Amino acid sequence: MDVHDLTAAYALHALDERERAAYEAHLAHCERCREELAQLTESAAALAWAVESPPPPPALRARILAGNVVPLRARHRPWRAVAAVAACAAVGLGIWSATLSHSLGRERAHSSALAIAADPASRKIDLRGHAGMLAVSPHGDAVLVVSKLPAAPHGMTYEAWVIPAGGAPQRAGTFDGGGRMTMVELGRAVPKGATVAATMERDGGVDAPTSRPLLSAQT
Amino acid sequence: MSDVTRELAHLSDEALVALAARAQETALAELYDRYGRPAYGLALRVLRDESLAEDAVQEAFMTIWNTAQRFVPEKGKASTWILTLVHRRAVDVVRREQRRRTEALDTAAEPGGDAADEEAWLRLQRERVQDALRQLPDQQREALELAYYGGFTQSELAERLGQPIGTIKSRMFNGLARLRELLGDTTMERNWTSTT
Repeated sequence: MDVHDLTAAYALHALDERERAAYEAHLAHCERCREELAQLTESAAALAWAVESPPPPPALRARILAGNVVPLRARHRPWRAVAAVAACAAVGLGIWSATLSHSLGRERAHSSALAIAADPASRKIDLRGHAGMLAVSPHGDAVLVVSKLPAAPHGMTYEAWVIPAGGAPQRAGTFDGGGRMTMVELGRAVPKGATVAATMERDGGVDAPTSRPLLSAQT
Repeated sequence: MSDVTRELAHLSDEALVALAARAQETALAELYDRYGRPAYGLALRVLRDESLAEDAVQEAFMTIWNTAQRFVPEKGKASTWILTLVHRRAVDVVRREQRRRTEALDTAAEPGGDAADEEAWLRLQRERVQDALRQLPDQQREALELAYYGGFTQSELAERLGQPIGTIKSRMFNGLARLRELLGDTTMERNWTSTT
């Protein structure tokens, strides 16, 4: 197989996975193919315009852009919770996705949580117990991203915990769930080797978990 | 198209991507207002399922949001990058879902009552590219259409058309190269400020 002549097929996304990987490896050190690919990709993308395009449902724009902010329920220490109505089709290592309302500056917590979650330098750990991930910045700031977490029943709340290796669970904030995606910036740093978990507790939160974790992540 | 003021309407696509890379949500909104519709049309053409098409567009825009920092304007236009992401996502899904078909999609263009301007511009682009496609030799056009809209791999095309794979590769290459000549370098440029 001459890898050079896969350029057009690559531009059209007409390679199978094996061929695609081979071509991408080749591309890294073939200047000629990179140039040719840029041109052919431009032509291929033009094909997108040839189709009839009915307007997408308005809800799609909202799904991509809209977010809502769960009211803060700070108690003993500052912490922030954010629920973003956003896509989380593949919440998993490296492929998580979120965005938020286009109304800028509404809630700084929003951007802060997103910044941690979107930062390539943050470690992304898949959750156990529920679809989602934990993102931990190099400084230990952490964001829980949970897909389709049901809203906590009346009088109850979810509570996040940071459990240092060999230590007792420490409170890290409460949140309500609901919506397509729940994003919670934890109220305390996550040290190396710690476990992050969430339990269902009575409204307002408690000082120590009273039930088994519904979800957890081992850092 | 949009219910908010398009305050970024004067910016180039590339400038919007740069803003999106700095986590400016309004930039993503503006990019969606520019390319959401062709993106959806493309995804629908490949996937032939409204719900799957919506998901593909959404995932592509999430990728745009998350990888905008890595976009290099010198390597190509932002519109190409966006539509390429949408197409790749749609093709990945169509292969996974085993939904590929080759019959024509019978979606008549639904006139969007709120944006006659948008409608006219889209129609202009559509006619332009369709016209270029018609000028291609039949075999090249067939290869491009089956690959791009059908989501078939080159090996599947070779089998389907009963041709050696080398022939398929040549048809795709020559078709794209010819398309490029026919469309010229200045295709798809648009002064966005005129659309608000």
